[in-house]
Amino acid sequence: MADDVTIEDSSEEVENPTVPPSETERRQLHDLWTSGTEEPAWVVASTAEGAQLMLPRDEATAGDVAEESGTLVTDDRLYKDEAVEEEITILNMGPQHPSTHGVLRLQLELDGEVIRRVKPVIGYLHTGMEKTGETLTFLQGPTNVTRMDYLAPFHNELCFSLATEALLGVDVPPRAQAIRVLMTELNRVSSHLTWVATQGMDLGAVSMMIYGIRERELLLAFFEKTTGLRMNHNYVRPGGVAADLPDGWQDDVAEIVRAIPDGLDDYHDLLTENPIFLGRTKGVGVITSEECFAYGITGPPLRATGINWDLRKAQPYSGIEQYEFDVPLAENGDVYDRYLVRMEEIRQSLRIAAQVLESMPDGDYRTGDLKVTPPPRKRINESMEALIHHFKIFTEGFKVPAGEHYQAIEGPRGELGHYLVSVGEAKPWRLHCRTPSFAAIQSLPIMMGDQLIADAIAVIASVDPVLGDVDR
Amino acid sequence: MSEQAPPPEEEVVVESARLRLAPLLAGLAETFADATFEESVAGQQVARVESARLVEFVQACRDAGFEMFIDLTAVDYYRRRPGPRYDVVVGLLSLEHNLRLRVLVEVDGDVPTAPSITGVYPGANFYEREVYDLFGIEFTGHPDLTRIMIQDDWEGHPLRKDTAVGSVPIQFRNTNKVL
Amino acid sequence: MADRSGFLTTSINSIANWARYQSSWGATFGLACCAIEMMHTGAAHNDLARFGMEVFRASPRQADLMIVAGRVSQKMAPVLRQVYDQMPEPKWVISMGACASSGGMFNNYALVQGVDQVVPVDVYVPGCPPGPQSLMHAILTLHEGIKSGEFVRV
Repeated sequence: MADDVTIEDSSEEVENPTVPPSETERRQLHDLWTSGTEEPAWVVASTAEGAQLMLPRDEATAGDVAEESGTLVTDDRLYKDEAVEEEITILNMGPQHPSTHGVLRLQLELDGEVIRRVKPVIGYLHTGMEKTGETLTFLQGPTNVTRMDYLAPFHNELCFSLATEALLGVDVPPRAQAIRVLMTELNRVSSHLTWVATQGMDLGAVSMMIYGIRERELLLAFFEKTTGLRMNHNYVRPGGVAADLPDGWQDDVAEIVRAIPDGLDDYHDLLTENPIFLGRTKGVGVITSEECFAYGITGPPLRATGINWDLRKAQPYSGIEQYEFDVPLAENGDVYDRYLVRMEEIRQSLRIAAQVLESMPDGDYRTGDLKVTPPPRKRINESMEALIHHFKIFTEGFKVPAGEHYQAIEGPRGELGHYLVSVGEAKPWRLHCRTPSFAAIQSLPIMMGDQLIADAIAVIASVDPVLGDVDR
Repeated sequence: MSEQAPPPEEEVVVESARLRLAPLLAGLAETFADATFEESVAGQQVARVESARLVEFVQACRDAGFEMFIDLTAVDYYRRRPGPRYDVVVGLLSLEHNLRLRVLVEVDGDVPTAPSITGVYPGANFYEREVYDLFGIEFTGHPDLTRIMIQDDWEGHPLRKDTAVGSVPIQFRNTNKVL
Repeated sequence: MADRSGFLTTSINSIANWARYQSSWGATFGLACCAIEMMHTGAAHNDLARFGMEVFRASPRQADLMIVAGRVSQKMAPVLRQVYDQMPEPKWVISMGACASSGGMFNNYALVQGVDQVVPVDVYVPGCPPGPQSLMHAILTLHEGIKSGEFVRV
């Protein structure tokens, strides 16, 4: 290490941290591993977190602590005065971490192995979809939103389509509704299968990863056959669906309904009474129903606290009220209960799919409103007007009356809502997506407070966040 | 809560507003005479309140039974309507009465400002940060109003209508490499 | 380049390249939708272990192939570059999917329009998201390139 740069120099640099480093200083940085010196001020300045920085405990007031944890609720679990200063570590987890289910970043304050404070930092997958949505027509809109929650593409498309149809005042024929219910419920299964696979892997059961994805391949093959893509389908569109179900779809759905419960039995054998799994999940990451209300947490985490709230029952959409299914509930609101609720939801969704299989109505898969639906292919070959009509629908798009509408459906992670504002043009004036994972991420400090660091992984997995859903 | 969600309760007519309101909202309409209640597409309940009374109104909503905070966002009506430029939109939900309420607040100015409702619903924290980040609307009383989605050194607010989409021409590098 | 080297160095190079392509370990850089397809590629149905690649390392220090799976936001780009810098030489990058290759359909303020503006890319995979077969084709293409010495940067 060069002698001309001393540690005293770095204390002066604090006054002006933006002084560009000399070559010697740059080299000195590489010696930090062995030299034991502190980081120079310019290094600190160049990697500063700005407002995102978690302050050291002696600089942070109790108010700061409450603010950083994303809550104003005074909660003694989040702040312990008896924590010994020397044992406090601030650990940065993510954004590149295999167990954060994407690019979530958490700043954890650790007292030994116990988490005292958590600060979630998001935005690493911010895609500007709400801005892009304003530049696409209503017919192109599902292309955009389907990439938002990439584990539940059909739900995003359906929510956008329902909001558009409500503004248009268009009715959808029964067959299209049944197809939508079939696809979204199968999508709920595939989403929960990914969740059980990743949760198992995060808790050490790597074989769950293999099993969950084995079953999911069945569903993805059916989705590919129907829509042409394994994910990001752009299949549910305003006015109906893009195409009818393929020939032989009954056999595929029957096979799915038969095979996946077998897999579920395997998972139950593997996990439900496994002492390691129980130890990692029972009593971990508890959230109460009042906290769920205050933070807007819906879906399986809410139902795991014993609140019977499912938008499929409470505010039914797309004719889902015709089908029989139960809403699984649990009591404790911990990781294990969320696991049980989701596992049972898979069975209930398959039950709905089996009913759709038996009762699929005949008819058209798109609405008869010719301002929304492009003319059939045969007519385009025969009629000039049909050709022009087809062209105009796919270039200009259809105009949607001015108004605003909030449409909510029950996604796999909770309430998925799209708030659409139209000013009478072919493109939405504003598209806002209320996503369940965003609320769930906000509640992580509550669930993780005073737990072991190993439990943080279990908690993240149990709220099943999709970072595309959080950051949009 | 019962197994099935309860059916919507009987609607009453509030003479002053001349609107059919759910009973839950009728009390609110009496307390807040300056708030206007309307019904949007598909019968959704919308309330417009003044910015200064937002916190008070939301607190009253929570006391009246809207226990769940659902959503907070904003809309920029740039050159689309006379009067204030932005709407702040708060979505509330009552599980017990199976009713949604959307509260709209108009804000305007070079630095548009709205009161923060984090004191009533702590869950509004991230949502207000998002609106601050993307629209530049400042929430007075918010504990930690910092950027949340885009990086700290980004200038401007992307979802404002006078901000461009920001598209750039795409360039592929190393395209001449042939294997 | 190869012509000027002696017999011994070229032989050692080809042996080294043979070893490199047989076991290129990936760094998990799952960002968005493509990461799910990357998981599917590694799982039992598609079985990436056939090509000596079943291990995805959590630490970039142990990896020599980065599969950028998904859209790269401007906030994520410095992180991506740092992870790339932490990988030991020689290293390769596969840009998986339309978003990573060119920004895809999201040409807006938030996204980097192609990860090749941040790190050098060896193979681009088309698709949104590319299926497991597409990714495996890209990996085999990369293996061919490594074997022939085309893709090794010195």
